[in-house]
Formats: sequence, C-alpha cells, structure tokens
Amino acid sequence: MERWRHPVCPADPLDISLLHDDFETALPKSKMKFLAIACFLCASIVVPPVARAGTLDKVKARGMLICSVTESTPGFAAPNDKGVYVGLDADMCRAVAAAVLNDANKVTFKISTTANRFTWLQSGEVDLMSRVTTFSMARNTTVGVDFPAILYFDGQGFMVRKSAKIKSVNDLNGATVCLQSGTTTELNAADYFRAHGMKYEPVTFQRPDEALHAYEEGRCDTYTNDVSSLWALKLKLKIAGDHLVLPEIISKEPLAPGVRQGDFQWSNIVRWSLYAMLTAEELGVNSKNVDQMKASANAEIRRFLGVDGDLGQSMGLTGDWAYRIIKQVGNYAEIYDRDLGKGSALGIDRGLNALWKDGGIQYAPPIR
Amino acid sequence: MRVLAMTPKPVSFWNDPKRRGMAFQVMATFAIVTFLGLAVKNAVDNLTARGIASGFDFLGQRAGFAIVQHLIAYDENARYIDAFWVGLINTGVVSILSIMLASILGLVVGLGRLSRNWLIARLALAYVELLRNVPLLLLILIVYFMGLRPLPGPRQSLHLGDLIFLNNRGLFLPQPVFDAAAPVPIFLTLVCTVVIIALLRWTWLQRIDQGRAPAWIWWAFSGLAAAPLAGFALAGFPVHLDMPALTGFNFTGGVVVIPELVAMVLALGLFGGAFIAEIIRAGILSVAHGQLEAAAALGLHRNLQMRLVFLPQATRVIIPPLTSEYLNLIKNSSLAAAIAYPDLVQVFAGTVLNQTGQAVEIIAITMLVYLVISVGLAGLMSFINRVPKLRSA
Repeated sequence: MERWRHPVCPADPLDISLLHDDFETALPKSKMKFLAIACFLCASIVVPPVARAGTLDKVKARGMLICSVTESTPGFAAPNDKGVYVGLDADMCRAVAAAVLNDANKVTFKISTTANRFTWLQSGEVDLMSRVTTFSMARNTTVGVDFPAILYFDGQGFMVRKSAKIKSVNDLNGATVCLQSGTTTELNAADYFRAHGMKYEPVTFQRPDEALHAYEEGRCDTYTNDVSSLWALKLKLKIAGDHLVLPEIISKEPLAPGVRQGDFQWSNIVRWSLYAMLTAEELGVNSKNVDQMKASANAEIRRFLGVDGDLGQSMGLTGDWAYRIIKQVGNYAEIYDRDLGKGSALGIDRGLNALWKDGGIQYAPPIR
Repeated sequence: MRVLAMTPKPVSFWNDPKRRGMAFQVMATFAIVTFLGLAVKNAVDNLTARGIASGFDFLGQRAGFAIVQHLIAYDENARYIDAFWVGLINTGVVSILSIMLASILGLVVGLGRLSRNWLIARLALAYVELLRNVPLLLLILIVYFMGLRPLPGPRQSLHLGDLIFLNNRGLFLPQPVFDAAAPVPIFLTLVCTVVIIALLRWTWLQRIDQGRAPAWIWWAFSGLAAAPLAGFALAGFPVHLDMPALTGFNFTGGVVVIPELVAMVLALGLFGGAFIAEIIRAGILSVAHGQLEAAAALGLHRNLQMRLVFLPQATRVIIPPLTSEYLNLIKNSSLAAAIAYPDLVQVFAGTVLNQTGQAVEIIAITMLVYLVISVGLAGLMSFINRVPKLRSA
C-alpha cells in the first residue's frame, strides 16, 4: 500500500526510519514522527503561563512564603545543627513572612543555584529570591528582576595560600583562579585582570564547594568570591589558618533580595521590610524592647510601630507590620550580629554595613 | 479489447480509510501548529511583560570572560558566538576521546568476560558490575579529586627531561609550531594521503578482479610515502617545538592537557566501557556456533569466516545498542560542568546564560545542538549498520 505523504512537508525532513531501522515498532512511522515532534514541542515551552494575581494575594492564599536561598553559604543561608536555615538571607525571608503572614516561620526555603535563580523567580516558582545576589543594571533591566533594597554591601576579594607569599592582588599576574560560574565574580575577575594588563586562567565550577575544594587541592593559586563568602568558606577549609584573604576589593557587590518586575505592591513590601529593620536599629528598637517601645512618646517610633497612623495598609498589610518584623526577627544590628558579626563564627566587622550615622552606608529612607 | 468500466461504489467520507486517515492527519497537524504558536506567543508575552530581553543579537556582543581550554583563537575580547564555538568544540573533544576510550575498554572487557581464563573473566565481571553501578557524577568527582590530590604543584612538577611536565595544573607538552613555509609540504602530505587511500582501494578491487595487483604498485606507494618527507626537507623543515617553561605561577608555552579533560575522559570512558562490554558480549553470544562450523565446512579461511560470516551477524546485534550508548556518552559529557571542564553546557548554557539572562534562546540553541549531534550520529551508525545488511541482500 502506498504510504501517505505529509501534505506540508513531503520531503521528510527528519526521517525517523533512520533511527528505528532495527526495531519493529508497534506504531506506524507517521505516528512516530508526530510523537517525536510533539515531545519536542512540550520541551520547548520554557516559560509556563503564570497567574496574573499579585504575589501578595498568592502568598496570603498559600499561607506560606516561598523563598529561594543558597544551598550553604554560612552567614547568609546555611542549615544549622537543627536543620534550620540561618543567616542574613534567611532572616530577610523571615522578615517578609512576619510582615505578610504574621509568622516568621511560615517560610519554605528552596535551594536554588546560580544557574536557575532568575528563572525560578521569573516563572513564579518562588516569591522572593534572597540568595547573595548582586544588584546590577543588566539584571535589573534585561533579566527582569527588581531589587527593592540593598541588604548587604559586599565586594569581591581573593583568598590565597599564605605559603605563596602573595601580599596584594597585583601579585596575581598569570595566576590560575578558581571561581563559580554564573556569578558577577566571573565578569569582575575578567575585567580586573584585563584592565590591569594581567593574565589569568579561570577554572570555573558550577558549585562553590567544588571550586573551594579544587583550590584547596592546589588546582588554583587563588579562589575569588565576595569577601563575606570568602570569610565564610574559609571556615570550611581543613586548616583555615594556612589561608589569607587579600586586603583589596576589586568590585562593588551590593547584595539585594530580588522580586519579579511589575508587581509594585510586592516590591514595596520587600523594600520596606528591609528598611524597617534598619530603621528599628536607628530608633533603638529591638526584639527585646519592642513591646515597651509601643508606649514610647517618640512620634517616629509610634508611627513606625503602627501605634499612630496606618502606613501598613498602603501596602496591603496591617498597621503593625513593622512591629511584627522586629518582634519576630529583630532589627538589622541583631540579625547582623547573630549571622555575620560578633555573635557568629564568622566575626565580620560591620564596615560598610554600619548605619550611616556610625560611619557605614546603610541608610533607610524615612518611614512616614 | 474493451475495458470494463468499473464505477467504484460511493463510500461515505468517514468510511474511506484513506480519506479518513488524511482528515485525522490534517487535524493533528493543525492542533500541533496551534499548540506551537500558543507556546511561542505565551513565552514572548511573558518575556515582554517582565522586561526580559529576547532575540539573538546578544551573540555578537563581547563575552568578556576567559576560557581555560580553547582550541580556536579566543581571548577576553571575543564575542558570545566565539564562546559558543569554543564550548561546542570542547564538548566534541571530550565526547570523541571518551567514545574511543569506552570502545577500546568495552571491546577488551567484553572479550575478557568470555575468556576461559577464570581470573580474567572474573576481573572483567568485577569491572562491569562496579563501574556501571556507580552514579556517573560521583565517578567524575571521585576521578577528578582523587587524581588531583597526589599531583604536585607547578614548582615540584614531575618531568621527563625539559620536554614534558606533569603537575596539578595539567600535563604540559612541547607543541610543534609551523613556520611560514610549512603549508606547502603539509598540503603535499594531505594530497599524498588521499592518493594512497584511493590507490589502496583500487589495489583491493584489482585483487578481486585479477587475483593480484600489478607489481609497480609498491613503487608507487613508496614514492607517495617519500614525497611529503622530501617536501619538508626541501622547505628546510619549517617546524620548531614550543617548549613549556615555568614562568611565575605556572608553565607557559607548549600545549597543556588540563586535569578536567583527563578526568572527564577517564570517567566517561570507564563508565561507558562497562556498558559497551556487555553489548559486545551480547553480540558475540548472539551468533549461533553452527554458523562458524558451517563456514568452516565451506572451506573458508579463519579470517574470512570472521569477516564474511561472524562479524556481519554480530555487528547487527551490537550496533543499535552501541549507538544509544555513544549518544549517552555525548549527552553525559554535559556533566563536565561539575568539575569546571569548559564544555558547551558550562560555557554557553552556564556562563553566557548568566551574563545575558536570555534563557529561552540559549537553552533552545543548546538543545538544538545536542539534537543535531545525536541525530547525526544515529544516522551515521544506522548507515554503518546497513552496510553488511545491504551486502547480504
């Protein structure tokens, strides 16, 4: 019997019979071809349709905030000995959950990679991305991520072996550099070495753990990452004392939480949740004294805690949104101290992240 | 003679299998085209709504990052499209090398499994069971870090004179560099090689046809072999070696085989070899013993028994699963990103994707590349499989 030819493509652009020469298939070849094309089509829909509902409504309906964090960056997001995620990034998620759901623990942490963090956010897989991500123009304007406010001012640095007698980044000409793919780190390193007429060889890993391990095994002369991460990862090395973080910083790395562009209400909530923690530090309000502070005569504090006025409603929240954040999570000084500062194993100075009145550049616009 | 006019009995549309089938095909095509159109529209709408750049213009922009292994010219000023080619070539290199290693290991171990020697057969069995039951990613990480650990740093390199150096940055070898006069003798070499191959085939056909090749053929072969050598001598041997030398942190000059490449090829080769061994064993066992006895009874020489009777039947069983194993190896080479080998996935779907954020375009291109490679290889293997079949028909 003559085989019926496809009316649109009579020339069989992809002859499946080539592939299935030796196997008698139960399906006729034309059906096989349709199946093959259909499978390819299914795979080609990368972006699923996303409900148009605001993120706030979605989170409220779900009763749970889905937050993407790193797998393990001590100080920012890493499970503690009880399996609970702790760190500055994790606390950012908790602050938003406290403001929106009145429970800082109603957060589902999803571990994203540098490769899928933006895709997850764009496709609605997560409500909030809080994973040591640098706020940059391209990410803001072409990747479609909104960075409401800066959580931590970081910069890129280098870690070297003390035995290599390297004192400065300028000594790194010709060095082999271990780094992580898909990070601004990679770009900064390329720019920096080129701008200073130095050569380098990047060895680019998918995950920070393998990059660090390869550096430790001697594959690379130096390991580069944001300075905060270097201090954190240094703790994972067998003999942390054999290694040294070079003094120079070669880039600005403002780490910020990210949300989908276009949802202004949600963006506002994340922005002011972060500013609430900074403002609380400035006003001297912390998790321990917040209840007494409600009775304060200070108009600024009364407005902040929702005793007077109702600023929270403008974001679709209740008036005591900031009170809940401070009560359940703490102010910026408290979270910094327990996650990165004196109260943690890392012991990183406040530095740039001190409040503006203490010599740093952390500065929250007025809440009024 | 009068033709009897046969007017076909009119059948309703749905009862005519041919027209009914066509209607279903048209409906299915329509459904698929609509589906595709909606999917594309949906993706484009979502991208526009979120302010995400789309299109392929990014390919011409400056990439700005270095790649540790590049077989074509590439520096920090190269464009994204150059990074794509570097990644693709690196994927090709690791795939071809690991397919070669896996095939050799598979053949040796597969034959070893059938050995009458108890020890060899058991060793081959242990190899197969051990290697194919370990997750590949784990195997890659183990091979890489176990291999890296004992290697010394650049200053304490293991070396063979001043020629070859081995350290934890890779294997450094002298590189032949061709001078300006080199292209002429190289071209001569290529031409002579082609002529020799053609002549070999002609000689073979002559043997079949006439029973022997003409005596002058040996003079021709000698002459063709000597000509390129003479060409290089006349041009004054326009080749010198670029030696690796320790400068600063590391060796420069020569060629370097990076540890990531070696680890990938070893891991993929060992892993694939275990599967190919079983495929080879199955192919050999599938040919009935009587076939060889029959061939011997016909008076065929041992070599001809293998070539004309045994192999055509064994390869028909071996090649289809072997093809799918080769395809697996190519696709598994994308695990290279885990240990920093700069393959297509690491360079293009990794670094380039994260710098440009154009996930849809980049993932589509990457998928298309793997599809083209896989369909191409499948077609080639199918062709190879058909050669003995056509001859037997």
